[in-house]
Amino acid sequence: MSNVSKEIQPMQDPGVAPHVLRNADTDPKAEKRAEQQVAILFTLSGLSSLLLIYSYVFVATDIFIFIPVMGNQNAHQLGLGLGMAFSLLFLGMGAILWAKKLMPETEVVNHRHEFRSSDEDRAELVKTVKDAAAGVKLGRRTLIKRSLGFSLGLFALPPVLLLRDLGPLPKKLLETTSWKAGTRLVTDPGNRPILASDLEVGAVVQTLPAVPEGTERLLSDIAKDPVLLIRLRPEDFQLTPEKLAMTHDGIIAFSKICSHMGCAVALYEQQTKHLLCPCHQSTFDVTRGAKVIFGPAARPLPQLDITVDDQGYLVARAPFSEPVGPSFWERNSQ
Amino acid sequence: MKRLSRYRRHKAAGPFILVVALLAIGTTFNIASATVKTTPTILARTAAIDEGKQIFLKGCSSCHGLNAEGGAIAPSLIGVGAASVDFQVGTGRMPMADMSTQAMRKEPVYNAEQTAALVAYVSSLAPGPAIPTDAALNYERDGNTAEGGELFRNNCAMCHNFAGQGGALTQGKYAPTLMGVEPKYIYEALITGPQSMPVFSDKTITPAEKLSLIKWIKSAENEPNLGGATMGRIGPVTEGLLAWVLGLGLLIGIAVWLTTKAR
Repeated sequence: MSNVSKEIQPMQDPGVAPHVLRNADTDPKAEKRAEQQVAILFTLSGLSSLLLIYSYVFVATDIFIFIPVMGNQNAHQLGLGLGMAFSLLFLGMGAILWAKKLMPETEVVNHRHEFRSSDEDRAELVKTVKDAAAGVKLGRRTLIKRSLGFSLGLFALPPVLLLRDLGPLPKKLLETTSWKAGTRLVTDPGNRPILASDLEVGAVVQTLPAVPEGTERLLSDIAKDPVLLIRLRPEDFQLTPEKLAMTHDGIIAFSKICSHMGCAVALYEQQTKHLLCPCHQSTFDVTRGAKVIFGPAARPLPQLDITVDDQGYLVARAPFSEPVGPSFWERNSQ
Repeated sequence: MKRLSRYRRHKAAGPFILVVALLAIGTTFNIASATVKTTPTILARTAAIDEGKQIFLKGCSSCHGLNAEGGAIAPSLIGVGAASVDFQVGTGRMPMADMSTQAMRKEPVYNAEQTAALVAYVSSLAPGPAIPTDAALNYERDGNTAEGGELFRNNCAMCHNFAGQGGALTQGKYAPTLMGVEPKYIYEALITGPQSMPVFSDKTITPAEKLSLIKWIKSAENEPNLGGATMGRIGPVTEGLLAWVLGLGLLIGIAVWLTTKAR
């Protein structure tokens, strides 16, 4: 404490600034003016409510009027909206102006009452409770006491039991898709199988796994199964031999579910051969096996191993070798 | 005349006149329609190709090469097809005004006849996607709006915005708005994949599905704006901007007014 310079003084309480009277407090004309302003605002609020009522009752619902900037507006709805908005706005403004200009603004101290009840009241309460308990004779009615305990104890169990409905655990559903060896790729929408020759260089096709005739896809499957087919010139690929073997004649297939947050990655720039996720601009380089070159995604998009069947239609040679879509707690990142 | 009128009540007169009249009408129609329908002869086509080559040498060859073989700054045009040339030149994207990141739609430099000549020349180099005929573009009759909407959301919405208003790509490139684009050019863009756009060939999105797409885009164009201002129909971006700037600004103003001391 001795290091503190002697020149520094403790902060002095500045006290309350002297009270300045408002114009309306001193000048009767200003007071009159303020009163009129408040009255005008309240009147405007009332008129706005009348506008609302008028629009609701008398304006037909199919009349459109042109408002600059806003374009064509439904007159009925516009009247309702503006009436409600202005009646509230002017009411509030009037109240604020009234409080600011006219209401007393001198500071008044209003002491709280003591929280503790008086000793007599406290003694009275204790006596009432004791008398009532003795009157019920709970100590003697053991059958009621025990059955009540049984009932209340079991009553607490169902809420805990119902937590079971939060499950079941997803098991392997997050790690697997509907793709199996030999599953045909079909167009989405359309459900048509795709010949390798259907794709020109630079073409993309949105696909789903084929389902047996007459069956419907589950929404939960559509959420993880989509695959994007892209055809490049085979010489454009810069892939490892294993990844190159998963392509077919320049056609490469990626899961359409972003490895960041699961959006549909299908924004394909044909010239740069970059695949973008429209949600967070994660950018994947198709020529390098959807390697992440920009954005928040942490992993390349899973690549589907494709080939053609004996009729020339594109099929999956194997299921996805890793879970598609965003990370989850139990996901094995390798 | 008298000899002719002698036979006017003959029982064969009616059928005879009918046959003569039918023959006369048939022959006249044949002659008339033959004069209207001019099939382009090999000679006319050669002339168009020659004219197209002259236009190409003047307007296009500095970038695309003297034989359309492409260069350092422009791709080869051999095999791009008639549809591609018709799209690029017809919408004014080519020739480019400057070497910016992307050729944008503008007033076409060449008129319909010159464009047709260019199309004839470039498509004579190698086969490619053809220009769709008017008969193949009857989207009102052959399209299905609901199917088109599904196709649009799956294939187009990520770049062109869910209402077809266009959107940003990388490095200053963008997907243009689809509002007011002629059905022919939408179709040609789909089958040729101009610039950043991928190809959506007729095999994977059938011609009927393409017409559905066009019908959906046209219905999006005529969507009424019940809320008034569209704010570009680009969703949360402009709406958020408006809410933050105008809405919050208004609230801050009111808060300031609330706390200032009255005089």
